[in-house]
Amino acid sequence: MSTDAAAAGAGSGASAGLVIGLAMTATFLAVALVALAWTPYDPVAMNMADRLQGPSRAHWLGTDLYGRDVLSMIMAGSHNSVLVALVAVGIGIGIGVPLGSMAAATRGLADEAIMRFADFTFAFPFILSAVMITALLGPGSVNAIIAIGIFNIPVFARVTRGASLPVWRRDFILAARAAGKGRARIAVEHVLPNIAAVLIVQATIQFALAILGEAALSYLGLGAQPPAPSWGKMLNEAQTLVAVAPHLVVFPGLAIVLTVLGLNLLGDGLRDLLDPRLRTRVG
Amino acid sequence: MTLIFRIAAILAALPFLAAPALAAKDTLTMGMTLEPPHLDPTATAAAATDEVVYANVFEGLTRIDAAGAVQPALAASWDVTEDGTVYTFHLREGVSFHDGTQFDAEDVVFSFERAMAEGSVNAQKQIFEPIEAVEALDPRTVKVTLRRPTGSFLFDLGWGDAVIVAPESADANRSAPVGTGPFRFERRVAGDRVELTRFEDYWGEAPALARATFKFIPDSAAAAAALLAGDIDAFANLPAPELVPQFEADPRFTVEIGVTEGETILAMNNAREPFSNLKVRQAISHALNRDAIIQADFDYGTPIGSHFSPVHPAYVDLTGTYPHDVEKAKALLREAGYAEGFEATLKLPPPNYARRAGEIIQQQLAQVGITVEIVPVEWAQWLEQVFKGADYDMTVIAHTEPMDIGIYARDDYYFGYDSAEFDGVMEELSAEADEGRRHELMAEAQRILAEDAVNGFLYQLPKIGVWNAAVEGLWRNTPIQANDLTEVRWRE
Repeated sequence: MSTDAAAAGAGSGASAGLVIGLAMTATFLAVALVALAWTPYDPVAMNMADRLQGPSRAHWLGTDLYGRDVLSMIMAGSHNSVLVALVAVGIGIGIGVPLGSMAAATRGLADEAIMRFADFTFAFPFILSAVMITALLGPGSVNAIIAIGIFNIPVFARVTRGASLPVWRRDFILAARAAGKGRARIAVEHVLPNIAAVLIVQATIQFALAILGEAALSYLGLGAQPPAPSWGKMLNEAQTLVAVAPHLVVFPGLAIVLTVLGLNLLGDGLRDLLDPRLRTRVG
Repeated sequence: MTLIFRIAAILAALPFLAAPALAAKDTLTMGMTLEPPHLDPTATAAAATDEVVYANVFEGLTRIDAAGAVQPALAASWDVTEDGTVYTFHLREGVSFHDGTQFDAEDVVFSFERAMAEGSVNAQKQIFEPIEAVEALDPRTVKVTLRRPTGSFLFDLGWGDAVIVAPESADANRSAPVGTGPFRFERRVAGDRVELTRFEDYWGEAPALARATFKFIPDSAAAAAALLAGDIDAFANLPAPELVPQFEADPRFTVEIGVTEGETILAMNNAREPFSNLKVRQAISHALNRDAIIQADFDYGTPIGSHFSPVHPAYVDLTGTYPHDVEKAKALLREAGYAEGFEATLKLPPPNYARRAGEIIQQQLAQVGITVEIVPVEWAQWLEQVFKGADYDMTVIAHTEPMDIGIYARDDYYFGYDSAEFDGVMEELSAEADEGRRHELMAEAQRILAEDAVNGFLYQLPKIGVWNAAVEGLWRNTPIQANDLTEVRWRE
């Protein structure tokens, strides 16, 4: 089986961005893993005596309005981000990739229908639609996942179709057809492995967008509900407290910025590494 | 092009803008959190309407002053018969409405009969409930006959819901209010502001302000920014106690921390399982830690143990009825048959005080085994689902009407509370004219509510007034829902 990835990887090598992005993303995932087993304090335990403290030895990142430890909340909040982003991107891949493959494989009416549906979905701004969906279904993490997931479907459908079309014109596909394989089987066995690199890059970028989306929904009060810690919700609660306790805005804000930056660097680095020809198309 | 025209216009206007600044300023822009749904105080329960028009645009026979005392307004004086059932009001001379029509006894009869009528949309019909008949004896005298003596009648007539309107203009008051007050309605820009101007034919002392604007800024951070930028001169009640230190440290501003009539409560649906069980309500009351809840609202609230304002002379401190005691709460839940606790929802309206208290209450109830799911709702949803539909388990809300303990006697109220003992006390209270005995009955009513643990009684909402240090005459407390501008002036 011939893939472009192997050929391209040998040429460009790993860039600095890729290494930094990988390191930042690894840190983020490590924090999320550690927080599963351990946080410095119980992230939901309130302690009014210690409220609104700045960073100190006891509370590295200070405490919030209810005396909860900000570091513990950020650590625990990373679960929510990872979970929402993973599942939402999963929905996008799980439904979008088959749709895109089908469009590229069959062309004709199905292709037209799927792509016009994608256009239709893209016509609505993401946040507005996510707000609409959560307003209909009610606020909560599960519905935030659904809202973000729905908007990942056309992204993956389009990318899959776009990347698949040139592959379908390649000689080895012709060979596979001559061998009597059906379209569905060719799509799975020959086309998908060849576009895996593109999908991995897109998934990384969508993961970053999903984390941002989750933070935005939680910030608007439509995502995770108390007491579940969430970065967006922390920002929301800190909004009126900027003048009194700026650390409440800075730290969750940094957590979001660094995570999204890391994922974007990783995505860009992977793209360059896996397929330099994509440079102008994704991102 | 347009830009150049604008600059030219601004430059041309400069000398005119600068000139009046030499004299004392006579305009005021006042910020408010909520926008009134409309401007007829006799047809809405929304406090925001009264906060714009009460005492400014509309007046009643009596009015409530800054200290919460009854003062004569459109009635210059009154006589009450010995048995307390017949009130004779002597009306002021030379009062006219903003549209030029004269005010006389017929307007009073019209206003009261309109509020008492079948199908009346008045939000406080209980004010008029004791009235048997209203008669105009002559253009300057009105006789009101009551079914029974009603001790609070003169106070009640001072509410915004009992203001006097004219038959010619009453139907249009929602959009173009016409009253007898010192300010005339100028215009309303929906979603933004209401403008008032001085009414030159006002019967009383002319206010110092020539123009007043009420500007609606729902976001407290934006309100603070508007104050700092000088876009608004005053904010009657800033719903962001965390911003107080910033204004206190700034010599350009005066900060007055007063009290409102807002009893902040954890309302429970007494008609629904398991809140219908007294032991469950007692357990919840024991589980609550008022101090922590007040601290989260920056310590400006005053703890309450029943549904009564701590500044009222008849107030009884009942905060010790069910002290914070987790073990006791658990024991009570066990006795009630909820050893494993239970699950319930807590619907929270948008204000910060509700959202903050809600999160702490969720924690405090979790400690005794009650799992609370927080459901944030918008105001419209809250009014529809909770207040009108009583479709809720628990909610956090401040009841800002003055002397509103009587709501617990109402059968249709969303608390779902029904107590023959309490109803009896309220009935006796409404017929009692003797002040000493009235206070005893009020104390009794407070005690019944506290002991029945009808709701979780949390704290009295503070009134955080922030205004330009050169402004004087704004109210410190809110004994009634109002932003009375009649005494407001700029210091020279």
